[in-house]
Amino acid sequence: MDSLLFDYTIRTVALGAAVLGIVAGALGTFALLRRQSLLGDAMSHAALPGVLIAFMLTASKAPVILVLGAAIAGVIGTISLLAITRYSRIKEDTALGIILSVFFGFGLLLLTFLQRNPTAAQAGLNTFLFGQAATLLMRDVVTMAIFGGGALVVVVALWKEFKLLSFDRDYGTSLGFPMTALDILLTTLLVIGIVIGLQAVGVVLMSAMIVAPAAAARQWTDRLGQMLVLASAFGALAGVTGALLSSLGSGLSTGPVVVLVISVIVLLSLFFGASRGLAWSWLRHQRNRHVLQTQSVLANLYYLAGQHPDSDHAHDIEVLRAMNRYRGGVENSLRALAAEGLVRETTSNHWVLTDAGQALASSRELNHA
Amino acid sequence: MDEQTQQNPPISLAIDVADLTVAYHEKPVLWDIDLQVPPGILLAIVGPNGAGKTTFIKSVLGLIKPVAGQMLIYGKPYAEQRRLVGYVPQRGSVDWDFPTSVLDVVTMGRYGHLGWFKRPGQAERSQALEALEKVGMADYAGRQISQLSGGQQQRTFLARALVQDAQIYFMDEPFQGVDATTERAIVDLLKELRAQGKTVVVVHHDLQTVPEYFDWVMLLNVRRVAAGPVGNVFTDDNLRRAYGGRVGFLAGNGTGISETEPNYGQPVI
Repeated sequence: MDSLLFDYTIRTVALGAAVLGIVAGALGTFALLRRQSLLGDAMSHAALPGVLIAFMLTASKAPVILVLGAAIAGVIGTISLLAITRYSRIKEDTALGIILSVFFGFGLLLLTFLQRNPTAAQAGLNTFLFGQAATLLMRDVVTMAIFGGGALVVVVALWKEFKLLSFDRDYGTSLGFPMTALDILLTTLLVIGIVIGLQAVGVVLMSAMIVAPAAAARQWTDRLGQMLVLASAFGALAGVTGALLSSLGSGLSTGPVVVLVISVIVLLSLFFGASRGLAWSWLRHQRNRHVLQTQSVLANLYYLAGQHPDSDHAHDIEVLRAMNRYRGGVENSLRALAAEGLVRETTSNHWVLTDAGQALASSRELNHA
Repeated sequence: MDEQTQQNPPISLAIDVADLTVAYHEKPVLWDIDLQVPPGILLAIVGPNGAGKTTFIKSVLGLIKPVAGQMLIYGKPYAEQRRLVGYVPQRGSVDWDFPTSVLDVVTMGRYGHLGWFKRPGQAERSQALEALEKVGMADYAGRQISQLSGGQQQRTFLARALVQDAQIYFMDEPFQGVDATTERAIVDLLKELRAQGKTVVVVHHDLQTVPEYFDWVMLLNVRRVAAGPVGNVFTDDNLRRAYGGRVGFLAGNGTGISETEPNYGQPVI
């Protein structure tokens, strides 16, 4: 294990994956809250032709150049998207679909063309589809850290402006902030966040790194700052785990492994998240149901006692069951009431209100009337 | 004394809108609107759905680019006078599931004064708390905004506008779907603002309460049907001209007699 941690390649891979997870988680938080998750998807797919054209023009596989190509393609994709929604009647979701498929289709075409050309050193290029963390060099990680760190610095500096943009854009305009410029800036940062992850995770699945950590973080907190930090932490965790697993395994693509890890985090968060986890709301529901049912069993017993000349007459549990929707719970409810001293069991399965139960039930009935 | 020394005082209008015209895809939404509002009054904008009430407010605030028109705030273009203007958007215009607290939303009202990069601090937070106190929401400062009722959301937005400390307020349907407590709180607030000499323009949908809550009214239906003091312009005749045959409400010479309940509850685009 020690030798693993000191292995240069492994360390590089882990560092790179952590950087991309932190940056993608932070920027994804804003993308998610601004309902731009699909934009992230379109931008990462749009990057593929950018990478390939950069390679064709320079014949270089240096990540800096390829990533630059990806960024340019991402920006062109964003501008095309804005132009389509602005100057045609096509809505944004359709426009996103068009950009995504046209750019990605063109990218695949270029990729097959390049692969047929034996002189091209194409071996590394298709790793951009699904990512290959093992190909990261320390040089690449430094580049990623510079761009990603820069993006994070801008987010921290313009924190209140970006919050305003995400929550209430019109109000921000009325306060005098140039919201369109802030929008373009934040979207550009998102493109940077996507592009720095392309080599490791790939164009197909990079959008998951934007959406999933933020979605998981939202389940745990109701504060924007905490959400951003948590999303970064989840992103880093998924990135590092996925990248390490894929570099240890026999040539597994990193993208799919990272996405599997982050999916597990999302699932766990959905169920157990502190702020809105499904498990907790299920438990609350059960508890409420139990309280309601216990009250209704008490009311039923009171009603039966009223029907009977002798109010001390005990009633069969089956009668109560017939009066109740959740048959299975009646006995539990009676035991709970008995524990509070409100009812008692006379003979087996026959129940009667105690004086305390009688008093409580009649006061409740008065409250209802 | 001032009146005597200033021989010809320029009439200082709080809001002066001239020839405002807005069109979406060639279709006019607002047509040649003129409106002059003196300071210190409460003005209601009423009109049927699609009359352009919200569009009017948004174009005065520069959120929609008009085809033509001139907007002056205290005699100067709006862009120079932003600080004097507070805005309360429609409550439905934002995502109330956004991860933030009531106090945080109200603090946003100070962002314009803070300027770029600066973070809100203790001063801003106490101003926000003070505003929340005024709208009866002090106990909710720490609440996540998704836990608020409609009326509480509205009061949060009002508090946010209050901390802007503006001279003129534009409020878009603040009475829309709120509970009685909130309605009362808003009315009290409007009166307090008027007492401080502030001007408030409110998009309103309940014709019955216009004479009770407001001093002035503008009846709008793409064109300006009438504008002025409620007693002068809130007449059956003008209402019929604004609402066409659809009006189920007659002002009865401004005393407010209702025949059938009008329901202009849909948000206007």
